Amino acid sequence: MSAGLAALLVALVVLGAMAFGPDLRRWLRRRAARRRPPRQPAYDPGRELRAERKAQELLRSVVGEENFEMYRRLGFIRVRGRGGYGYLLYPHRPVVAFDEESGELLNEYCVRFPDESDPLAGNRLPDSDDVLAKWMALHGDERRLIEDANMHLPGRQVDPSQVRRDLRRLREWEGRGSETALDKVSR
Amino acid sequence: MKPGHGDVLLAEGDVEVAEEEQRLIDEFRRQLDEGMWAAVPTNDLGGRHEAAMVRDFSEIPRDAERVIFFPRAAGG
Repeated sequence: MSAGLAALLVALVVLGAMAFGPDLRRWLRRRAARRRPPRQPAYDPGRELRAERKAQELLRSVVGEENFEMYRRLGFIRVRGRGGYGYLLYPHRPVVAFDEESGELLNEYCVRFPDESDPLAGNRLPDSDDVLAKWMALHGDERRLIEDANMHLPGRQVDPSQVRRDLRRLREWEGRGSETALDKVSR
Repeated sequence: MKPGHGDVLLAEGDVEVAEEEQRLIDEFRRQLDEGMWAAVPTNDLGGRHEAAMVRDFSEIPRDAERVIFFPRAAGG
């Protein structure tokens, strides 16, 4: 009797699997898919490099050859501000203000250009885009950029000895250029 | 200018063609509504490079070649 019942149960299970198996599998798959986090795009190690190359081309086209060459060789761009101030623009570091005449370091202006529109791409602009954003904001509205930034005394994030060394390198680099080139670099 | 991308072309057109100008205006407003800043790079006759910030489409010189949008500055 029990053997007959067991056989009947096995037969019912087999028939049930044949009848509902495909639906059950689909339901289980859908359920698992709902629980899975959204698929991330495959990591692309070249993406940042390609973005930086594009950013460099844009920077070159906007700031001109001489300023771009300064950035390429020295790692920063100098902008002459109003009132005898100069600014050194480094990628993803504070803007460093200095006295154009004496070379004295005045302030660090901490400023970022965060873009939260695509979480997968992060919120940091490519290096050269960050420099270009500072360059355009300083040229276009120096006062507004300075007001938006957090101001600190020199040395908070950028080593003052490095900035002094950079100012010496800048003078040497400018000294090697022609007068025409200097005029174009200066604002 | 976008993280992970560099510059991305958003719209292009001729401001002398009404339909195209409207498309440029719409995109300009969309970018500013999203909180971006807009700058127009310029070159004077002496080869000096400058940039002007613009807050309204009417501020863009009619002969401007491009407008660059970039994220608004924030204290770091």
